[in-house]
Amino acid sequence: MTAVLRPLLAAFLVALAVAMSGGFARAVLPDEVLDDPALEERARELSSHLRCLVCQNQSIDDSNAELARDLRVLVRERLVAGDTNEEVIDFVVSRYGEFVLLKPRMNLRNLALWATPLVVIGAGAVFLLTRRRRRAGPGDRLSADEEARLGKILEEADRPG
Amino acid sequence: MVETGHFALVLAFALSLVQFVLPLVGARTGDARLMATAGPVAVTGFAMTAISFAALTVAYMLSDFSVLNVVENSHSQKPMLYKITGTWGNHEGSMLLWVLILTFFGALVASFGRNLPATLRANVLAIQGLIGSAFFLFIIATSNPFVRVSPAPIEGQDLNPILQDVGLAIHPPLLYLGYVGFSVCFSFAIAALIEGRIDAAWARWVRPWTLAAWIFLTGGIAMGSYWAYYELGWGGFWFWDPVENASFMPWLAGTALLHSAIVMERRSALKIWTLLLAIMAFSLSLLGTFLVRSGVLTSVHAFATDPARGVFILMILVFFIGGALMLFAWRAQTLTPGGIFAPISREGALVLNNLFLSTAVTTVLVGTLYPLVLESITGEKISVGEPFFNLTFGPLMVPLLLAVPFGPLLAWKRADLWAASQRLVFAFGGAVLVMLVTYSFVDRASVLAAFGIGLGTWLVLGAITDLATKSGLGSVSPGIALRRFAGLPRSAYGTALAHLGVGLTTLGVVGVMSLQTEHILTMKPGESVPVAGYEIRFEGLQPYRGPNYTEDQGRFLLMDSSGRTLTEIVSAKRFYPARQMPTTEAGIATRGVSQVYVALGDAVDGGGIVVRIWWKPLVTLIWLGCVVMMVGGSLSLLDRRLRIGAPAKRRKRLAAAEATA
Repeated sequence: MTAVLRPLLAAFLVALAVAMSGGFARAVLPDEVLDDPALEERARELSSHLRCLVCQNQSIDDSNAELARDLRVLVRERLVAGDTNEEVIDFVVSRYGEFVLLKPRMNLRNLALWATPLVVIGAGAVFLLTRRRRRAGPGDRLSADEEARLGKILEEADRPG
Repeated sequence: MVETGHFALVLAFALSLVQFVLPLVGARTGDARLMATAGPVAVTGFAMTAISFAALTVAYMLSDFSVLNVVENSHSQKPMLYKITGTWGNHEGSMLLWVLILTFFGALVASFGRNLPATLRANVLAIQGLIGSAFFLFIIATSNPFVRVSPAPIEGQDLNPILQDVGLAIHPPLLYLGYVGFSVCFSFAIAALIEGRIDAAWARWVRPWTLAAWIFLTGGIAMGSYWAYYELGWGGFWFWDPVENASFMPWLAGTALLHSAIVMERRSALKIWTLLLAIMAFSLSLLGTFLVRSGVLTSVHAFATDPARGVFILMILVFFIGGALMLFAWRAQTLTPGGIFAPISREGALVLNNLFLSTAVTTVLVGTLYPLVLESITGEKISVGEPFFNLTFGPLMVPLLLAVPFGPLLAWKRADLWAASQRLVFAFGGAVLVMLVTYSFVDRASVLAAFGIGLGTWLVLGAITDLATKSGLGSVSPGIALRRFAGLPRSAYGTALAHLGVGLTTLGVVGVMSLQTEHILTMKPGESVPVAGYEIRFEGLQPYRGPNYTEDQGRFLLMDSSGRTLTEIVSAKRFYPARQMPTTEAGIATRGVSQVYVALGDAVDGGGIVVRIWWKPLVTLIWLGCVVMMVGGSLSLLDRRLRIGAPAKRRKRLAAAEATA
């Protein structure tokens, strides 16, 4: 089976099944669920941000693997012991490294990652604005072609509708 | 038969080389006879590829286990549908499907492109030929599906059970039609760069291909999403997995291209940008192919790695993307800039659309590649998963979607934002009303959920406002408005429907992400549980025997609060002995646009079974919205101005469209 590659999503489906080997559905089992609903909700939220290390690109909340179950139970134990969300995350990271975080930390190393959307949209906006200003600037002469087109535009604009 | 297919494949490779060289030389030297070879060669190349593909399909249908590819991916007991779809349910076969679609598009350009200038047509087909030859060589050298095995085994290893689904019949072909469809836009862009000439007519020729590719890609992604939803057993519809991102990035770029091509066609502005987008859309498709095929990703998809293939595809990728961008950098300066426009105008709105969509593409691209780059530079491993994308991609979409209803209401060149806002006052009021109702009356609705529902409503009502305004509703009598409505150009319906579809999808995504409820419990036969105002009773487990699997079917009754049975839900756990693999078959009942989703877990001691039940409000709107988008795209595609050979009427329609715009 490993000799074969699958088309796109098909591959995704197969591999997930393999990763879940023997398991179905979402992984949280009834016996894991905490009695305190507020605490349980926090546990679910935390679990969905932690990666299952043996099955790829799945959170421990979704995974059925033994290790994911251990981690889920661990998260719940820490919560019951009174840890804050941050303390639980720090504890898990100290054990398994940052690879376990599905949401990478906002630090200098991940600057390029987190800053990309802002930088791109900012640069795009600046480019558009400055280009416009340059175009609208007084020193900007229109070419004969542009003059002709401008004439046409004005003519069209004059038309109603 | 198998050898015929193999031979046809090699012939198709040779033809693709001919299709590259002769027309290119002809266009360069002005030799009409050389240029004229492009068409017939492209059509013949498609015929050869089709023969090759048919041969492989027949080998699958007959379970010819002397072919290694069939042995590895088929089984004599498999239902016929899955024998056929199994042809492309594996690497070699899917690559063959890829080139089949590529040559299909080449043949289409050859057949429908008769009104193109001769040199442009020759250059476009030559570039298609070059892409084809690279991939044919890849298949023949590293992924030949016709390799024989001797002695032939008596039985095959079966197709992976999860792929034994109608999804496999629809999803990959649609996705590839989209991916590969962008190759035509790419070839048009390269041809324009080679000729150093690009104008509004170019945009008009490219637009139908972009639209077609976009429609297919939309369908492919939606189908994949729904397939994952019902097959994987926990009702997720999008996972931000690198492979999904690989298909989503060309979609985003293609959507941007669709919009910028309108500006270029109508106002001959944004030429260079449109050209770049045409190159990027296909480059991202190639990148997707590389990411998936090479196994470079540390994702669930990377379970089968073959460095020879990976390096080969990387070379194809570098050659085409690098070559295209170099050509672009070299020639783009020679293109003349186009018409000017005020920031508040239809053009301005479309530029805004492009700004946000390009940022979204970049965000998804960086998020997908960042862990790979970081690991190869510093050796550190990090993960970039769903929470990252929700936090970055989500906020990018909000301003874009808020702006969508304004776009079609703005005039070209210079528009009145205030007038557009006045027209949208009903849509705005409706959206706010829905938002307040959601927040006040829907259980557990957060501010964010209410806002999201309001946003979706805003898009839907905005699209309706667009059509109403274009029909003149409110300014002329209803009768005239109705007649005007009927006489609107198809592209006007197309725009409105596509935007309405985006609104529906938004509603679905917000609904299921913020309002779904989940019940995890152990149930014994006869027990029932209340879910979202319904009662679900577990009737019991029954064994069932399928053609090549066995399963335990859990039967549930969906009842309303008064105990009346509405429907039966069957949720099953399947086992495929050939691969020793279990799968889950979720039980789904649709109520309106929402669904009840039931998945079975493991049996527990004492006769019970773990059951997971979700109430997924508005969930079907996610895919319904995509279908509406596709219908909108198809209407645009049928617009008279894009059809060939109707110049007189087209001009008249165009004038009418501009007058109403």
